Amino acid sequence: MREVINRLGRYAVVRAVFLFLAVIVAIYITVMIANMGGKLDEIRKSEISQQVGMQILANPEYRQLPPDERLKLQEALVAQEFRRLGMDQPFFPKRSFQYLSSALTLRLGWAEHMASDAGSRQVRLIVLERLPTTLLLFGTANLTLFFLSVFVALFLSRRYGSFLDRLTIGLAPSSAAPGWFYGLFLILIFAATLRVLPWGGLVDAPVPDTSLGYALSVLKHMILPTTAVILGALFATIYSWRTFFLIYSSEDYVELARAKGLPSRSVELRYVLRPTLPPILTNFLLVLITMWMGQIVLETVFRWPGLGRAYYLAIQLQDTPVIIGVTVIFGYLLAATVYVLDFMYAVIDPRVRVGAAGRRA
Amino acid sequence: MQNWLARLHEIRRYPALMVGVVIIGLFVMVGICTPIAIPYGEGIRLWRGGEDVWGNNPKYAAPVWFDLFTRDRLPRTIIVRLADGGAETDEVTNGGMKRVEIALPFQYVYDGFPDELKLFTTASSQAAGRPIAISWETPDGRTIVLQDNRLLKKSDTYYISQDKDLRERLSKLAPEAGLFADPDNTEKPLKGDYRLVLTAEVPAAAELDARLVVYGKIHGLAGTDHRRRDLMVALLWGAPIALVFGVAAAVGTTVLTYILAATGTWLAGKVDRVFQWITQVNLIIPLLPVMIMIGYLYSRSIWTMLAIVIVLNIFSSTMLTYRAMFLQAKEAPYIEAAQAYGAGNLRIILRYLMPRLAPTLLPQFVLIIPLFVFLEATLALLGLGDPVLPTWGKVLENAYSGGALLKGYYYWFLEPSVLLMTLGIGFALIGYSLDRIVNPRLRTV
Repeated sequence: MREVINRLGRYAVVRAVFLFLAVIVAIYITVMIANMGGKLDEIRKSEISQQVGMQILANPEYRQLPPDERLKLQEALVAQEFRRLGMDQPFFPKRSFQYLSSALTLRLGWAEHMASDAGSRQVRLIVLERLPTTLLLFGTANLTLFFLSVFVALFLSRRYGSFLDRLTIGLAPSSAAPGWFYGLFLILIFAATLRVLPWGGLVDAPVPDTSLGYALSVLKHMILPTTAVILGALFATIYSWRTFFLIYSSEDYVELARAKGLPSRSVELRYVLRPTLPPILTNFLLVLITMWMGQIVLETVFRWPGLGRAYYLAIQLQDTPVIIGVTVIFGYLLAATVYVLDFMYAVIDPRVRVGAAGRRA
Repeated sequence: MQNWLARLHEIRRYPALMVGVVIIGLFVMVGICTPIAIPYGEGIRLWRGGEDVWGNNPKYAAPVWFDLFTRDRLPRTIIVRLADGGAETDEVTNGGMKRVEIALPFQYVYDGFPDELKLFTTASSQAAGRPIAISWETPDGRTIVLQDNRLLKKSDTYYISQDKDLRERLSKLAPEAGLFADPDNTEKPLKGDYRLVLTAEVPAAAELDARLVVYGKIHGLAGTDHRRRDLMVALLWGAPIALVFGVAAAVGTTVLTYILAATGTWLAGKVDRVFQWITQVNLIIPLLPVMIMIGYLYSRSIWTMLAIVIVLNIFSSTMLTYRAMFLQAKEAPYIEAAQAYGAGNLRIILRYLMPRLAPTLLPQFVLIIPLFVFLEATLALLGLGDPVLPTWGKVLENAYSGGALLKGYYYWFLEPSVLLMTLGIGFALIGYSLDRIVNPRLRTV
């Protein structure tokens, strides 16, 4: 047991290091793309000029200076600051790595137009403030999707060929459309026509003053976006997981277990579900990666005040620092998702646990 | 080959496949016919031309076939020009002046009020600045003065619906309702012959022209949007664009990934490892945000997007799937035989490895097409649609940000959505059916 934990621990560390390197590369690429037109430089320069301007204004010594001399002084100081920060150096390689490190730590300066709800204009605060709401919606929707799909797929693999089975399989093409697309239809039906559920947002307009009321209100607002996410992926997921289950339940050892007279429930759990989980997890990881991309649009459609909505607003307001900041944090979120699923895979897959060929195909 | 022909007969056993093929066939036909019927330049002009192109269309008008489902006859747009139907009488008065009377008659037979009323006038430079009187004659013989002292301009638009003064005089009814209302029941319009009359005294050499537009509530087969554009243009042109974008992106990514996966697996060792690293890193690059960033910072052109989509998706997760399949395939005895007779790497990859798995690839290929079609819609919804081309995604975005759901212009939102959905389902039906044909394990289902 102890050895297993050791091995898992080592695996966890190795994966973490690898993924962190991958994040660095991914964010470096992002930085390179972002600066292709000198965009990052512009942001940085305007930030420096602003800071220098503030310093001059704050310094009583300079207050007496005539405006044109003050301007000259500001220019000189800005140029000096540029040199100090190495802005006169070529972008590649030195400065690109400076940008990389500030992007990795989300020190992306100040938003041009947006502000966090708490009133800060720091990109880092704007982004971090929106993280919990995004995680709440994403987590709820996708956990529901996962358990619902496993349950239904297992159920259908037992009733293979029945009417329900055929119906669900027939519905698989519905997943050709993404979740946000169903979101629009759900809004049309439940908000615009029936008027039973809210159009979007996080809570009711006068925010409920009790925390229970608040939670209920948030729950109510989560119904439609969660349903949208699930509708956009459910049937395709069931389709492919059911296939996994069917493949594994036709194995000889399952037949043997049944022949031995084990209760069907325990056959299902130990001989079918257990070996099928690794491929299911691999598949779910890919679903989740697509889901992260869908999240941006989903939040936009439902006006859910998370990262995706911030991204949309940043595009509308042309707020480049926020756009880059959110892109970076999405990189982190993807890496975290990959990491969590990889770790669960390692816990479940006996090959990883016993330290044999631990690499996934 | 024989084998494949035999399989073709099996298609009949898959009704879903037939449905999918018919759907996609229809879209392909629209996709081919549209550029022939409305050439590219004409399509762009119709979509981006400006007021000259769509000034006579009503705003937010529903499709004309809505009329079939309503008991009342919904008003259509009536355009009364001086040239056709209008009458001008000139009467020379003293001092080189003439009295001009222009009458614009029309018949109103609908059960609802029009959406809006506008009067466009043009005058030659001699007449500019002269006063003009505009009055309205109803079928029951009433005459309502709209304006008694409006000054002529070279080109002028009188927004009758927005005339506040007129609204007061029509007992607070909106002009487009008040001018048509039955005096006994102001809820209903009075049907019959109406006339708009303009009278002015202008220099004898002056020329006047006038056009009255009574905007209806329905227009064209697809309705109009917030800018009065006929949605049909975008819906038709959206088909070839969606097809080309989806298929090109799917071909580009699938083929490149496939070639690289085959190469990597066959060469093994370093190449394989490097490919796997790139794939792992690529998994973590947030594709949509990066695309959005590129679209925002550099170019929103759909073709740039297409190129980026392909580049970013080469080392996608499908690489892992293909790799797993090739790892099995490369152990086949005939590959060993090929090696034994001295076939080179290139020959083995191209002639022996790649063709072997091609059939298994087909369903996957078809299934990812709708993903790319919806990707275009996603980008458009985020405001990063192509700046020039009319696409379904752009219409959807216009409808969404124009509050189509909020204000109840459901047709505006539903038309592009239903098309996107149908196209997506068409491809998915084909894809899933092929999956069953190609993967025998699923065939009995």
